Parts: sequence; C-alpha cells; structure tokens
Amino acid sequence: MKLITAIIREEMLDQVREALIDAEITRITVNRVSGHGRQESLDIYRGKKVVPNLIPKIRLDIAVNDEFVDITVNTIIKAAKSNSGGKVGDGKIFIMPLEECIRIRTEERGGSAI
Amino acid sequence: MKRKILYSGAAAALLLMMTGNLWAAEEIVLDSGATAWMLTSTALVLLMVPGLAMFYGGLVRSKNVIGTMMHSFTAMGVMAVLWVIVGYSMSFGKGVLGGWFGWEPSYIFLSGIDTAIMPQGIPEYVFSMFQGKFAIITPALIAGAFAERVRFRGYVLFIALWGLIVYNPLCHWVWSGDGFLFNMGAAGAIDFAGGTVVHISAGVSGLVAAVYLGARRGYPKTAMRPSNLVMTLMGAGLLWVGWFGFNAGSSISSGLATAQALTATQVAAAAGALVWMLVEGLHQGKATALGFVSGILAGLVAVTPAAGVVKPAGAMALGAIASVLCYLAIIMKDKLGYDDSLDAFGIHGVGGIAGAIFLTFFIRKSWMAAAAAAAGGQWSIWQQLGVQVVAVLVAIVYAGLLTYLLVLLVEKTVGLRAAPQDEMAGLDHSFHGEHGYGMLNAS
Repeated sequence: MKLITAIIREEMLDQVREALIDAEITRITVNRVSGHGRQESLDIYRGKKVVPNLIPKIRLDIAVNDEFVDITVNTIIKAAKSNSGGKVGDGKIFIMPLEECIRIRTEERGGSAI
Repeated sequence: MKRKILYSGAAAALLLMMTGNLWAAEEIVLDSGATAWMLTSTALVLLMVPGLAMFYGGLVRSKNVIGTMMHSFTAMGVMAVLWVIVGYSMSFGKGVLGGWFGWEPSYIFLSGIDTAIMPQGIPEYVFSMFQGKFAIITPALIAGAFAERVRFRGYVLFIALWGLIVYNPLCHWVWSGDGFLFNMGAAGAIDFAGGTVVHISAGVSGLVAAVYLGARRGYPKTAMRPSNLVMTLMGAGLLWVGWFGFNAGSSISSGLATAQALTATQVAAAAGALVWMLVEGLHQGKATALGFVSGILAGLVAVTPAAGVVKPAGAMALGAIASVLCYLAIIMKDKLGYDDSLDAFGIHGVGGIAGAIFLTFFIRKSWMAAAAAAAGGQWSIWQQLGVQVVAVLVAIVYAGLLTYLLVLLVEKTVGLRAAPQDEMAGLDHSFHGEHGYGMLNAS
C-alpha cells in the first residue's frame, strides 16, 4: 500500500478530480494548503503589486494498493499539468509507503480496507 | 402610477431664470415633505445595489466572490455616469425616432435642470437621481444569470450598451409622459415601480445571455456550493429594506399613495417568503434559508409593478403566486439544463411576469373607476389584462432580441465568455488580481 500526496494548483482541482473519477480512483481527501515553491503569484491591492510569501495550493491525499500507484500518479500528472507542456507551479507528487489502513466501521485491515 | 413628467418643468425653470419673472415663482412650490422622502428613497434604492452584491456574492464559489460583487459595484459607476450624460435624456426626454427613445438637449449632463422644481413639488435633480438608481440596479440583476463565467471588460461593455439601448428605451415607453405603453388603453400599462422595465427586462436578458454563453464548466455535474450563505441572507435583508424606497418612492410623493405602496411591498415580501418555505418544506422536507430569501425576492419582484394599485390582500396573493411560479421555474430550469446560475430569470423574469399579469385581478376599485372615466364610461379588467399582456410581451421581445445582438457583438469584439483557464482559476484572480476570502488559507 502507498500513500500518494499531490500538491496541485487550485484551479486544477476540478480537472484532476474528474480525471481521477474517470480512472475509478474515487476515495480521496482534499485540503486547502499554502506553501513555498518556485512559483510567484501576483496579486494587486490598491495599485501595489504584491507577491504573497505563501501561495495557496490544493493537497490531495490518496491511499492506494500497489497496483494502482501508476495509474493514479499518471492521471494526476496528466490533469494537473498546465497547457503547453507545464509551468513552474504545477505542483509535486510524493509517494510514501503505507504501513496500515483500517476501516473504522468494519475494523477490517490492510488492502481490502482501502 | 408614476406621474407624468412634464418637460415644461425644466423649460419653465429656464424661462424663469432668463426673464427673472418673479410672479411665476409662486406657481412652483417645493414640497419639503415629498422631497425629504424622495431623497430617502433615492438612498434606499442605491442601498439595494450593495445588497444585491452581497446576495449574489454569497451564492457563488469562493474563487468568484469579488468578481461577482464587482458586477454590481461596477454598475454603480458605469450606469450612474451614463445616466447623467445621456440616460435621463433618453428616458424622460421627448420621444424621437418614432418614440423609440427620448431626447431632450437640456437633460444632457442634467445641465438644464439645475433649478427645476417639478409639478410634484420635488427638485428635478431628486427625480433624476432616483430614476438613475433603477438604471444602475437593472443591469446588475442580469449578472446573476451568467455569474462565474464572464470576462470583466466584456461585462462592462455589455452593461453600458445594454443600459443605452435596452433600458433607456423601455423606461421611456413605460414611464415617460409620451411613452406608448404609458398611454396604452384607458390609463396606461400598469408598471408602478419596474415590473417590466426592471425585472422582466433583466430576467429575460439574463436568460438569453446565459443560454448564448453556455453553462459554467462542470455544470450541472459538479456541485457548485454557495461560498457564504450568511452574506446572502444579509444581502436579501438589505434588498427588502431598500425595496421600500424602490416601490414607495415610485409614488413620487409623500402621502397616501406612498403608504399604499409601502404596505403592499411589506405584505407581498412576507407572503412570498412564507409560501416558498411551505412549498419547499412539503417538497424537500426542509425549509432552507436560501429558499426563504428567494421567496422574499419573488414576492418583492411580483409586487413591484403592482404596489400602486393593489390592496394588502391582493399584494399577499401576488407574493404567494409568484413564489409558487418561481419555485416551479427553477425546477424547470434543472430539467431543461440551461445554466441561469443565480436564477436571474427564475426569480426576476418569472416573478416580474407573474406580477405584471396577475395584478390585473387585484386592482383597487377606485383605480378601475378612474380608468373607466378616462376611457369614457367602460373599462373592464379583461381590457386591462390585454394591456398588461402587451406590455409584458413588448418587454420580453425587445429585451430578448436586443440582448442577443449585444451579447453577440461583445463576444465577437472584446470577448464576454471567460477562457476556460480563467474560469477554473476564478474571476477574482483572473480579472481582478485579488482574493475575496484571504482567511481561507494561511498567508
């Protein structure tokens, strides 16, 4: 089992979510997060350009069985990449080993609980 | 009824200044009571615009809240400036081009009304500013139909053109002394405070624009939840308060007619809200807050054309009828699948049509008697119904057709529909470089 964490652009959420559903990856957790990357995102307040220190992003957490890692990752990459081959700020994907997964209702453990 | 606006008002004042003819001054008496109420009404109607901004702003997703509120606020800038330059002249000047719109050179920049007092005893400035507020809120209402998916510059151009060639002519036909709907039938089409001019025209225009521009990305599959219903409720409250200026102010006086209109307004809004709650409760099992305020609006919209001619029981009936019809219209929208995002047509179009038509059956006897006298003895409610239907159809056809042409023009020139990338990122960031809800993220 793996835990896949993806940091993506806010505006790409709908697109990524729809693509994941099409790929039958339907169990996801979504968070609003802020962070530092290499991207600069300009806001304007009373005529002054402001570069926020922290840029709003969306974080997806998806726990999957090993055989679904590739399709999940490829789907996210395809849907979250900006037009014309990607831009700074499109985000990152982290994959971590997942020790255990428990479904609270039935108390079942492991791959079948995902 | 709105009183006939006499061009002689301005002309007489000008004459007075030029000749310094003092005895004429006695004939123009300023009514300070009426003036005070009309000043208040003018402010109340303006209050409806930020009220509408809050109402609409709360209903869209958080990435579009600034863009949506700006649709209302921008109208305060654009329409107010246009109104002073040519709008008042086009609306209340003498009919030109076969009565298409009005024209009165001394109204350009309001230059000729500096000292004018109208026959109703109020300065013409007050009347002009009061009417100007209606010209502001009408295009702002349209924005609800195509919320969350238009380019800002396209929107600004659209409302400017719409105000000039849709609102001003309609206003002229219905409210100016020589407008053809003002004089239709025995005593004119009844549109006390803007059922046809404001709500039907805005609702139908919104529908046409929404259908032409297409649905928002993901509609109706993706759930688009309101960002802040609390703000929507406060906005609806401001709209109700402001509506007293809208309707009771439209008596252009401070007296019996004002009180009648104010009472009808209160009763219709309350009945609309209750009936909506009841219908929704029976249909869905829960009474929602958004349903309650939608009922308030449906009632207020329906009583707008009727406030001057119906008694409280009639106003109550109108509010109830409008709520049921608007509720059905919104169900119908979901069936048909067009994306009238915030139900500009579902509430303002349908509510306005319902009010303008059904008011016929609740007109107070004294009005019908006066109409009969004007017609030379006989005037039935069926004849008046005919006049009302014609006025409604004129508003629907004219606003619908011209809006289609304008949307086409704006889309092909500066562009009205937002690019998919901008729409996904949200209007706030894409067109304004701002974020409405800073506190949603650590910053």
